[in-house]
This record gives sequence, structure tokens and C-alpha cells, in this order.
Amino acid sequence: MELNFIDLNWVNISLLFIVGFVGGMVSGFIGSGGAFVLTPAMMSFGVPGIVAVATNICHKFPKALVGAIKRHKYGQVDIKLGLIMGVFAEFGMLYGKHVMSIINKDFGEVGTSLYVSAIFIVVLAIVGGFVLRDARKLYDAEERGEDVHLHKVTKLAKWVRSIEIPGTMMYFDAIKARVSVLFIVPLGFATGMLASSIAVGGFIGVPAMIYVLGAPALMATATELVIAFVMGLGGAILYSLDGVVDTRLAMIILAGSLFGIQVGAIGTTYVKDHTVKLVMGVIMVIVLFSRFFYLPRYFSKLGWIDPLPESTMTTLKWFGDATLALALCVGAFVILGALIRGMAEHRKQHEILTAQDGIED
Amino acid sequence: MYGVVSVVLFALLALYSNNLVEWARLTRAGEKLYFIVPIIIAFVFSFVHGNFTSYFWDALGFKAANNNKSKK
Repeated sequence: MELNFIDLNWVNISLLFIVGFVGGMVSGFIGSGGAFVLTPAMMSFGVPGIVAVATNICHKFPKALVGAIKRHKYGQVDIKLGLIMGVFAEFGMLYGKHVMSIINKDFGEVGTSLYVSAIFIVVLAIVGGFVLRDARKLYDAEERGEDVHLHKVTKLAKWVRSIEIPGTMMYFDAIKARVSVLFIVPLGFATGMLASSIAVGGFIGVPAMIYVLGAPALMATATELVIAFVMGLGGAILYSLDGVVDTRLAMIILAGSLFGIQVGAIGTTYVKDHTVKLVMGVIMVIVLFSRFFYLPRYFSKLGWIDPLPESTMTTLKWFGDATLALALCVGAFVILGALIRGMAEHRKQHEILTAQDGIED
Repeated sequence: MYGVVSVVLFALLALYSNNLVEWARLTRAGEKLYFIVPIIIAFVFSFVHGNFTSYFWDALGFKAANNNKSKK
């Protein structure tokens, strides 16, 4: 199988580092899933879809482990649920990777790029839509002065918990209830399959735990890190066995994203909940549109449409790259803006408080 | 300290980047044992560099809002 790793020079190394930084920042800001900007970004640099996904998974899993350990200390991780979903996710990963390998064999690296783009468009449209709707709801709730952190168990979750299937029931801390493992199997499988297709499994894993099992959001995102580690390790090994992981790229992205992830995480403590969702939704929609510009190019290369003139392909790619860059800039601008504003306000309050303390002393 | 190790690691990465590409190609060609290289590198880099970045932002004074509140 013919596969090319991109040439690295100072320009694309620096750009990849910045992309990693912003991707990490988005990741830290929304809890997880920053890979949804990293995979398309790598592809914009000319990295084939299969390599972008494999490389992304490889840079993600140790990060997930570090995150999981950190959040375990705050008591937010349900290790049992994470491991069980992780194991089934592994099967999903295996299947998803099998599909990817077949596409690579039959249609080559352009085929994998098209496959990854198509899944991105569908998934981002669905998830982005839900996230924006959630942002709107949260905003309304905040306006009404309701406690948005109050956890409500969905009707679906109540129904899932009410089903007793003998021999398969298991108690989970995250939901403080018993639920049949049979419900967890498809959730885990789907999470893994999505992860092996676009390197972001959290888009299924997190909402599944919240809406289907009824776990609180904080526990769901923390437990997702365990799943991400288990299936990420498995996935990285699988893709690495195929020799499609570009370690250089993975480490450059990692270098940037580890800086970014902490800035993003700190940023969340200075903004309202609906802002987090709004940023996430907007970035998703912009990334989604950026992928559209690449599709004709892939179709043309695969011979599914009449070959496009080189100038048209270049223009389309330029639009795609520019749209993606816009998504990254929006993310960076909002998060850094919130952080700087928030920190300045805090400092002011802090100074006032210390001044008052001084008088009291 | 982590910063120094981190810089050394990335220098090594730059130095041996061609080997990494070659090992990936060899894995594709059938030398499956090379698969372990990216996995180990990912673990080591993420541990060292993760610790470094955490200290880095702490040193620059970037802190979460909750920490500030508990401090006062």
C-alpha cells in the first residue's frame, strides 16, 4: 500500500504547533474532543485521512491517561464504567479500523480522506446542532436564574435503568444505579467505531453516558477519559502495526496541545456554561463547512467526477483551509479573551479584598 | 527540570525524525515489531512535557478562578 508522510519544514512545524496549541485549548475548554479540529487540520497540511486519524489517536491516549488520573483525584471518574465501555469500544475500534483499512486498500489514501471528511460532516452536523440547542437552553436557564448544574436524569435513562435483564445487571457509581451491561455494549462499540474513524469517540461516549445512562455531565466527561485511554491505546497499537502513525506529527501536535489544554481548562472557570457550549457549537459548524470545500477535490482524484482543473482545486483548498483557520481563530480568540478578562477582574476583586483585610487587621 | 528534559526530547525527535519515518515504512513492509516505537514515545513525551507545561503556566501565574477564590 502506497502511503506518504508529509515533509516537515520550519513553516509547517510552527503551524502544526500552533494548531496543536489551539486544538488543545479547545479540548481543555470543552472537556474533551479537541481532536475534531486536529484531524481536519492535519488533513489540510496534506496528511492522508488514515494517517491523520492514526496520528491523532496516538497523541491522545497518554493525554487521556494523565487527564483521567487528575480527575480521579476529584472523584469524578467511574473506573468500572470506563473500563467496561472501553473494552467494548475496543471492539468498535477494531471494526472501524478494519473498514478504514479496506478503504485504504481499495481506494487509496484519498479514499480514506473522503471517508473521514464525510463522517466528520455528518457527525459535526448532528452534534453541533445539539450543542447549539443546549447552549440556547442553558442561556435561557441562566437568565431565569435557575441552577444549571442541577442534574436531571432523562426519561430515556430512567427507562434504561428500569429494565431488568437477569445475569447482566451491574451497579455503577456514576449513575448510582444498576443497569444492564447489554445497554452498554452498543454504546461502547459505537464510541470506539467513531474514534477509529475520525479520532473523536467522545461525541458518542459522553452524550450516551449523560442521556442514555443518566450520568452527570462532569462524571461523563471524566469517565470518557478512561474510555479514551483504553481504546486509544488499543487503537494506537492497531494503527501502529499498520505503520500509519506519523510519530513526528503526533509529538509536534502533543507539544502544542499540552500547553493549550491547560489554558483551555483554566479558561472554563472564568466563563458561563452556555458560553462553553456556544463556542463548541460554533467551532463545530465552521469546521463542518470547511470540509465541504475539500470534497470536490477528493471526488476528482478518485475519478468519480470529471477531473477538475488544478486552479479550481487550489482555490477550493484555499477556501477550506481559510475556513478551518477561521474556526481555530474564533476558538483561540474567545477562550483567550475570556481568560484575560476573567483574570483581570479576579485580580481586581482580590486586591479589594486584601485591602479590606488589611483594614480589619 | 522537566523543561530541560522536554527540550532534549524534542531535539532528539528532530534528530531522528527520518528514522521514525523509515520505521513506519518498515512496519508497513512487515517488520511489525517497530509498532512499539510510537507508543513508547507518546507515553514518555506526554509525561515529561505534560509536567513541564503545567509548571510553565503556574510559573506565569495562570490559575483557575476557583483556586483564586479558595486562596483568599
